[in-house]
Amino acid sequence: MLRLDCLRSVYSELESCLVVTIMGAVAAELQSLGHRPNFFYLQHAMGLASSTGLGLALCLPEQRVIVFDGDGSLLMNLGSLSTMARYRPRKLLHIVFDNESLLSVGGFPTATSTGTDLEGIARSSGIPLVSTVRNVEKFKAAVTDSMQGSELTTIIAKVEAKGPAAYVTDLSLLENRFQFRRHIQSLKRPVR
Amino acid sequence: MPVSATNSKLIYDALKECDIRLVSALPETWLVHLIRLADEDPEMILVRLAKEEEAVGISAGAHFAGVKSAMLMQNHGFLASINGIVSFAHLYKIPLLMLISYRGSLGERDPWQTQGGNVTEPLLHALRIPYFFLDASDTVRKRIRQAQTLAESSLQPVALLLARDLMWEE
Repeated sequence: MLRLDCLRSVYSELESCLVVTIMGAVAAELQSLGHRPNFFYLQHAMGLASSTGLGLALCLPEQRVIVFDGDGSLLMNLGSLSTMARYRPRKLLHIVFDNESLLSVGGFPTATSTGTDLEGIARSSGIPLVSTVRNVEKFKAAVTDSMQGSELTTIIAKVEAKGPAAYVTDLSLLENRFQFRRHIQSLKRPVR
Repeated sequence: MPVSATNSKLIYDALKECDIRLVSALPETWLVHLIRLADEDPEMILVRLAKEEEAVGISAGAHFAGVKSAMLMQNHGFLASINGIVSFAHLYKIPLLMLISYRGSLGERDPWQTQGGNVTEPLLHALRIPYFFLDASDTVRKRIRQAQTLAESSLQPVALLLARDLMWEE
């Protein structure tokens, strides 16, 4: 299963969500499908994408928030699973692309390559709904199910350690950040 | 426990006057009353953390959502947050209001706090984080308001060091 195919399979459903991604391949591949103002790419601060999604979800409980995380990033901030589970925002969907690798720095294997079980860790941290998926159909179904439900969910998507040719895109970090915030503020304006 | 309940309430009320609606915290002795006040306040979102660096992401999310937030942490928690501060708050110009209990400074009796006390201000300098002391009850309200104003206008982290003279009564 390729991460890009996973992203493509749910791309049209992301339009109504606030989306936060980690750096590297996830950010570059989502942008390659087409950037939108409701996408924020955290191009550093590994581990904090899930915390950012939690902050958004706690402040905007009616808004669907999706975090695209990775095994390397999540392993740097496993405590985030316990903090998310503690507050359980009902419209937060946490997707972890697990390629068992720190791909963008040269493909060094992470601990999930030697048996660390992120599904087990998420479940034991108290995340109410956790699943692991290994093909695109199951991935899309798991995302759709979560978006129709109202329970904090973590989906571990096992993907190949293959990424884009380049990681730097022409979207500047600050442009993305200001556009994302402005987009969220525009959602709050009363509809006439 | 000789943590000042009166001054903790002063600090908390000042945060509320600044329209702070989310507080993230990792417990430490000097912060117990502040965390209790946030917990008992139905208007406040209190996020109890596993590690302080999470707070940088949570406050960034709150900022994107248009919600003002504050971070309560010990200075060792500030040390644990530095990568997040540099590679998120500084990189993306995120306002952070950090209330940091200044352990390991004059009068500290716990040996394990003393190294953190030595490096807190040098690190704030090195990171170009504007910082000010909360050390007297008569200036708490004004300094919190000014620090919050500066964080929002400059879109950067601003630190307030909670001093023993304010937080501890014995």
